[in-house]
Amino acid sequence: MPSTPSGEAPSVSTERPGIVGRRRSDGVFRGVTIVAGGLILAALAAVAVFLVAQSIPALVADPAELKGSPSSFWAYVGPLAFGTVWAAVLALIMAVPLSIGIALFISHYAPRRIAQALGYVVDLLAAVPSVVFGLWGITVLAPAVTPLYGWLTENLGWLPFFTPPVSGTGRTILTVAIVLAVMIIPIITALCREIFLQTPVLHQEAALALGATRWEMIQMAVLPFGRAGMISASMLGLGRALGETMVVAMVLSPAAVLSFVLTGSQNPSTIAGNIALNFPEAHGVGVNALIATGLILFLITLVINSVARFVINRRSAFSGAN
Amino acid sequence: MITRGLLAGASLIVAATLLAGCAANELGDTPSDLRGTIDGSGSSAQGAAQEVWVAGFQRQNAFVTINYDPAGSGAGREAFLSGGVDFAGSDSPLSDDELAGELAACAPGSSAIDLPLYISPIAIAFNVEGVDELDLDAATIANIFSGEITRWDDPAIAALNPETPLPAATITAVHRSDDSGTTKNFTDYLHQAAPEQWEPEAADTFPFASGESAQGNSGVVAAVRSGVNTIGYADASKVGDLPVASLLVGGQFVAPTTDAAAAIAEISPRIPGRAEHDIALKVDRTSQEEGVYPLVLISYVIACEEYADPDVAVVLVEYLRHIVSEAGQAEAAEAAGSAPLAEGLREEVLDAIDSIR
Amino acid sequence: MATAHPNSLTTARLPRWSPWALLAGSWVVVGVISGLLSAASGAELNIALVVLLGTVVFDVLLYVLARLVEGSRQAVNRLVTSLVATAFIIALLPLISLLWTVVVNGLPRFDPTFFSNSMRNIVGEGGGALHAITGTLLITGMATLISVPVGLLTAIYLVEYGRGPLARAITFFVDVMTGIPSIVAGLFAFAFFALVLQDPGIRFGFGGSVALSLLMIPVVVRSSEEMLRIVPNELREASYALGVPKWLTIVRVVIPTSIAGIATGVTLAIARVIGETAPLLIIAGFTASMNYNLFADRMMTLPVFVYTQYANPGTNVDAYLERAWAGALTLILIVMALNLIARLIARIFAPKLGR
Repeated sequence: MPSTPSGEAPSVSTERPGIVGRRRSDGVFRGVTIVAGGLILAALAAVAVFLVAQSIPALVADPAELKGSPSSFWAYVGPLAFGTVWAAVLALIMAVPLSIGIALFISHYAPRRIAQALGYVVDLLAAVPSVVFGLWGITVLAPAVTPLYGWLTENLGWLPFFTPPVSGTGRTILTVAIVLAVMIIPIITALCREIFLQTPVLHQEAALALGATRWEMIQMAVLPFGRAGMISASMLGLGRALGETMVVAMVLSPAAVLSFVLTGSQNPSTIAGNIALNFPEAHGVGVNALIATGLILFLITLVINSVARFVINRRSAFSGAN
Repeated sequence: MITRGLLAGASLIVAATLLAGCAANELGDTPSDLRGTIDGSGSSAQGAAQEVWVAGFQRQNAFVTINYDPAGSGAGREAFLSGGVDFAGSDSPLSDDELAGELAACAPGSSAIDLPLYISPIAIAFNVEGVDELDLDAATIANIFSGEITRWDDPAIAALNPETPLPAATITAVHRSDDSGTTKNFTDYLHQAAPEQWEPEAADTFPFASGESAQGNSGVVAAVRSGVNTIGYADASKVGDLPVASLLVGGQFVAPTTDAAAAIAEISPRIPGRAEHDIALKVDRTSQEEGVYPLVLISYVIACEEYADPDVAVVLVEYLRHIVSEAGQAEAAEAAGSAPLAEGLREEVLDAIDSIR
Repeated sequence: MATAHPNSLTTARLPRWSPWALLAGSWVVVGVISGLLSAASGAELNIALVVLLGTVVFDVLLYVLARLVEGSRQAVNRLVTSLVATAFIIALLPLISLLWTVVVNGLPRFDPTFFSNSMRNIVGEGGGALHAITGTLLITGMATLISVPVGLLTAIYLVEYGRGPLARAITFFVDVMTGIPSIVAGLFAFAFFALVLQDPGIRFGFGGSVALSLLMIPVVVRSSEEMLRIVPNELREASYALGVPKWLTIVRVVIPTSIAGIATGVTLAIARVIGETAPLLIIAGFTASMNYNLFADRMMTLPVFVYTQYANPGTNVDAYLERAWAGALTLILIVMALNLIARLIARIFAPKLGR
């Protein structure tokens, strides 16, 4: 084969024909994967164009036309953005340690047979639709935590988080964060578990052979190996918590406030929850305002993810996954 | 193992039915000459009633499918204006601006009309220990929901309920967290009947930052039921077994019954300056007539005067006739808890329907 | 014997049964104490709280005991073990409560009628969710058909080929994509198809699949990427050394090695979207009748079914709520079946590893 359509002719021409075929099929395969990646970029660009185009009318409109007549669009979206991040962070603080604990329990502590069954249950829970989490939050969780909130405000009321008065129905941002945490635990757990299970057995056995206890082995071999994966899994969970719609809409008692109080009636709402609550009755520029808040949520996720990527990339040099 | 058995059984049934190609209940309706699919969208307050009407109508007309999507009044009106659906359900009539614009579903040059078809009282439901009956007036309700009155043993409430043992407890007032026609009618009532206590004008959004909030009628009812010393407003048909307050109207306390709601709709004037068959009502919230309950939600079906597609008009007119028929109104009253239209208003609406082409 | 560092092989160990006995003991003691307290104050005994407090007491006791008998390293090990178990119990409490609520409320209507009827012409009692089950299977199935190839191929590109700005851009924007709120995905799909097909009221199943794909693809990419990345390079190098071309190495070595993880990821992604309500309300619509055609007319789905049954009940509220719970139970069972299938796939294709 003296000539090939590709530009790499000089290096190819000296090789056997089979190699050229391989190169070509390799190229095709690579091309297909690039097309798939490009498709994602194109879809995202289309979504971004849609969001920006639909947001502009709200950004330039008279703020008096927005819900609650705020002084500007930013005054409208501010408490929502705060509430979104606040609820998601609370949920993540609760969910990540628990999830890593459960994943370790399944991968390294529980007997193999039990572990499989448990893994199955956790996977299953990832599938419970958010509407059901919402129903459960209203009917079971909120009434159950109301007495606890009463106790917290009475005894820890001096903390800014538990300033009285207490909510009479338990439908506060802390309740929402608990439901969100329960919702994202299965997601984070399932991914962490898969990653922990992939830790090279040799690393683990080497650590044990050196006389490490089980925890020391996990510290030395499993956790460093899984660090990037754990952050990835947490980010997936965070993404879901940030964007969750139905649970927030159904469980929260929202108000347009900026407050750190966890147990009161007046809670900051979240962007996604606010869209779900107000979209059905929205018309005219109100629709644009809601989509504009969606754009803000988009940007919030972007910033958080960039930070997480930065952390992962800085750490990856030290991880055992090479 | 039990779940696996259930699963196997369920998938067998599903597979069998999928192969059969049809759901068991989709057979055996009476055929008629009408055929086609009509789409509607809008008010979720009407959702349960529309379900009843659709079922009754489809049973008599096997080849007709009517989809009503309870997406919300705003979404329904938007979809209707852009031609996305054939009719809209809405808790408020079309505004002048909306009427002035182009209506994509209608024949060029023709306008749209509002037909009041679903009337339901808005109940003030409460859950207070030891209290089964409560009498309130507009001013007191306004003060409770705006946060002026914070305790159940407040003199204003006690004066209206001399017989009732009111607890010395904090009031938790629950309002809607989502924008809704229910809130608009509630605030409209308070603004008109107690303008000094309730300054903000009627709006879909609850105007004060006080009390708790919850999503939808179901959410408000759930919050009132599961909380302690709570009060909230919701469509009377959704309140269930919760006790409801009576309103002071013309010196008497009136309970939120369907009769009292139908009575206020009957005596309410039309909004002036509209097309002949546009029955947009301006509810007389300050009425002092005997036995009327002015805190009502009137929900409309919005349709074209003349449709661009005449086939749609044929089916839709028959469907609307079914809704407004005595049987249709009675069915909805039973299964959705709405107030049947009073005879005078019913005749008016029937005339309007017959004008649709 | 008087060495400075005690030898861990010869120090005393707690007997094997001691943690279990301690755990049971803590539960019983805390249970009795709070039982007495609640009897005294007349309040109801909260079992979840007893289990929780008992477990915490157990953690502390075990640490102290192990520290006294076995030394600090073993004590830390014991503490972590018990903490991990505690995390597991804490997380299980709400999860079990949730599952229990769904099963108890869902079973009354989990009958043949529910699986053989739609909601057409049904008012009050009776009726079923066949139309919604069909719709969910079709729409989610189509979304999977779109997302898995795109997502998996992108992950392969990122892990095996991706260097330079394009790969960095894709990685970054996939992260951004996880942040699309589900309702925005629905709005976008609606606006897109309304524009392309020139129908301002467009509602059809395929649009729902596209909206769900937007939500599903980042999850597939993210999880597959992680799973492909941890395939040991030795395997790839061994394959290259045998003269196997790169693409064949990926298809025959890399993917089978990570197939279990990929299958979990895909199942997770399906689970993520199969319960979505908001986008489907907007683009797939609402109907009470059967529809098998993804490309025309409105199509019902289970989450929308559950939501509308809950949000817009008639006067017979219980009948509607029972249908809602039965719908939720069905949805969970569908995912359970998918899970089984994924595991089966993993078992068939995964190479036998030495562990």
